[in-house]
Amino acid sequence: MLIKRASDVPSSEITPETLYHNRREFIKTASAVLGIAAAGTTISGCMPSVGAAGEPQAALNTAKGRYDTTEKPNTLEDITSYNNYYEFGTNKDDPARNSKNFKPKPWTVKVEGMCKKPASYNLDDLIKGFTIEDRIYRMRCVEAWSMVIPWAGFPLKTLIDRLEPLPSAKFIEFKTLVDPNQYPEQRRAFLKVLDWPYVEGLRMDEATHPLALIATGIYGKPLPNQNGAPLRLVVPWKYGFKGIKAIVNIRFTDKQPVNTWQQQASQEYGFYANVNPNVDHPRWSQARERRIGEFFKRPTLPFNGYAEQVAELYAGMDLRRNY
Amino acid sequence: MAKFNRWWILKPVVFLACLAPMVWITRAAWLAFQGLPSGLSANPIDDVTEFTGLWTLRFLMITLAITPLRRITGLSSLIRFRRMLGLFTFFQGLVHLTTYLWLDQFFMWSEILKDIIKRPFILSGMIGVTLMIPLAATSTRKWIARLGGSRWQMVHRLIYLSGIAGVIHYYFYEKSDILDPFAYAVLLTFLLSFRAWRAMRQRTLKPATLVTQK
Repeated sequence: MLIKRASDVPSSEITPETLYHNRREFIKTASAVLGIAAAGTTISGCMPSVGAAGEPQAALNTAKGRYDTTEKPNTLEDITSYNNYYEFGTNKDDPARNSKNFKPKPWTVKVEGMCKKPASYNLDDLIKGFTIEDRIYRMRCVEAWSMVIPWAGFPLKTLIDRLEPLPSAKFIEFKTLVDPNQYPEQRRAFLKVLDWPYVEGLRMDEATHPLALIATGIYGKPLPNQNGAPLRLVVPWKYGFKGIKAIVNIRFTDKQPVNTWQQQASQEYGFYANVNPNVDHPRWSQARERRIGEFFKRPTLPFNGYAEQVAELYAGMDLRRNY
Repeated sequence: MAKFNRWWILKPVVFLACLAPMVWITRAAWLAFQGLPSGLSANPIDDVTEFTGLWTLRFLMITLAITPLRRITGLSSLIRFRRMLGLFTFFQGLVHLTTYLWLDQFFMWSEILKDIIKRPFILSGMIGVTLMIPLAATSTRKWIARLGGSRWQMVHRLIYLSGIAGVIHYYFYEKSDILDPFAYAVLLTFLLSFRAWRAMRQRTLKPATLVTQK
């Protein structure tokens, strides 16, 4: 499959200054996450090069930025204070407030189903040796707002390859942690908001698409608890609710998973949940969105602006029915 | 001296208290607009929409609570606040509607019309505010006289429907956490059934008792 570049502007040009100055700290953190020593090649790969105009061009790591958007990223404050993470509460500021004591370490991920490496993995072992890249992606929430987020992570495909799915595996299913001690909403009995655990899934060709990311960080720092620490899914051409957080379970299957929001209200949320301005949510229009930090709404793009890269995954499908 | 009674103090006090939410959100929105700490989220426009919608419902509930409160506590003079509270409800509703028309739709009337026709969520909100227009328009003493007490009262019972539309609108707004709309539904049910219960009881009472009760 031909993957086209999102743009020719390297991510380095839009790396916030503070992040640039903190790059060494980031290398340390990233290396710690990877469980490897920050040695030789890694370091030299991270050294800033000096551009023709004398401007330092921070190359944070091996990320090439070929999928990065050139739009201005939202601030860390915006990204970490305005969250949908219903396990911590349904208000936008609940996740930041209620996730302070969440324990993302140690973390175990159980891999099961149709693959050659089913087991319970310590997270460090599961992702050992993976290169953490920067990916500046747009994120479009089904609630008609959007952000630009500089994720750090690795392609989901890298992980899938390590787990060696069988040819019979057609879908991948993820589950979020269930722990009522850490998640206040999981203790609620009256008018429970969702059935736990939170479940999401992707078709295998979606999951192995180079844009599909497992994020372990934001702005080069470890993923904040309210954003889904220690690992979450990021599928930038789909509505944000597909980006399942705090993953503890990965299952390869031949049946299309029933994701949580589809189960909750199947008229409103489907399995695919591709960003589509032409298919409205029954209660509100998806034609436009409010970028966080902007005053008026802007038009929403098909596949959240990633149509060039992903539209062919859905060739011949009726996207009105497969919403 | 009869004119200089406690109402000269109480009415302005209640008036200022009713202004407080509007003052707070205006100040917060202005701070957010300048990028200063405001107490609002990263999406202040949606906050303003939600805040004004919520306060419309709150003022509506407070207004509807006046009559039951009068009956239960015997403080008949609470009636003096009812018109003011009703007008504040309408005012909040208008501001809320404006946030939608302006900040959500930027006055694209064809889009707005499509939205109303297509979505019960928008329709219920529109009905809620629209039903308050005749109430606000006929809120003066002159209009009470012009319509006559009982006809005026009939018109003003539209507030019950407006309240029902408002709670439905709130229910549609929530994605899955329906605890708050549920609470408002319970409150509204109580406020309306209190009236229904009294109406039924009055019908069974003899006219003579009705007079003395008045």
